[in-house]
Amino acid sequence: MCIDCNCGVPTHAHTHAHTHLELGQDLLSRNDTQAAANRSRFKAAGVPVINLLSSPGSGKTALLERMARDWGASHRIAAVVGDLATDNDARRLQNAGLRAIQITTGQACHLEAGMVQKALATLESDGIDLAALDLLVIENVGNLVCPSAYDLGESLRVVMLSVTEGEDKPLKYPATFHAADVVVISKIDLSAAVGFERSQALRHIAQVAPRARVVEVSAKSGAGMGELLAVLGLPILSPL
Amino acid sequence: MEAVRDLALEQAGEHHARRISTITLRIGSLAGVEPDALRFAFDVVMAGTLGEGAALVIEDVQAHAFCDVCQQTFPAHDGVCECPDCGAISRDLVQGRELQLASLDLDCDDDPLQS
Repeated sequence: MCIDCNCGVPTHAHTHAHTHLELGQDLLSRNDTQAAANRSRFKAAGVPVINLLSSPGSGKTALLERMARDWGASHRIAAVVGDLATDNDARRLQNAGLRAIQITTGQACHLEAGMVQKALATLESDGIDLAALDLLVIENVGNLVCPSAYDLGESLRVVMLSVTEGEDKPLKYPATFHAADVVVISKIDLSAAVGFERSQALRHIAQVAPRARVVEVSAKSGAGMGELLAVLGLPILSPL
Repeated sequence: MEAVRDLALEQAGEHHARRISTITLRIGSLAGVEPDALRFAFDVVMAGTLGEGAALVIEDVQAHAFCDVCQQTFPAHDGVCECPDCGAISRDLVQGRELQLASLDLDCDDDPLQS
């Protein structure tokens, strides 16, 4: 076998060259460039932007409905919602009084910065001015794996787990929890019913999400919503 | 995986490559990417391009964190940033989020040694 190219010919004159290129190029550089553009746009508009990640069914949309109910009178909130199919979530949020844009990703299991860029154009053509908002929430596709690699330009990354998912969920998805600025434990009204071991969960979160602040909420009862407002850095405003 | 293909084909085009023989990726254990899923998608994504039949090599980068108390770096197995010596939680991830096209091996038409 030719030792240069493993081509199977015992010895032969090479008519082609082998080139080795050391690159070290970031695979997501295109996404990162678009995310940086989104980030400067959000900054210029002075609007905090949350990238909300969780498993399917942790209660992302329910939390947004609760935000609309508790904060909607004093804060102008808009949402961009990602799902593989249907605009059910956007309609749920619109019914709750939020301005909401649905992104249907088709087969993609995560949102990318470019999709958010397009959604911003839709928000604008609907007459929603970014600069007039107090909060923009990007509800990512329910998935604790792929969305973690994609920066969307957000100012805060919020990862949510519900008490029904088990205390060791953070240890099973360390990459996603590592990137969290805030971890929200949801459905705490069900803690007793499912025997949720709070201290164990907090310990696991600290191990794999060492930078994150933790907030415990119930979208059903509204418990913890005031603390969440503070952790997100939103001012307490009087009703508009 | 499309990003791998696009970056690799761009380089192959610039270097007038006949084909891509090896694509080497560097993937951190906390990059949020599953190497097995990449391997699964690789052949499908590369089909019909200069990268068809290329070998895929994945260099794993184990996550490491720095302990402020012990002033040392330790491997963060499974992403757990708890110092094995003193038990302190580290907020300083030194490596483990890499997601890179590390290198490419190309077969080119013109052999500079013979010309």
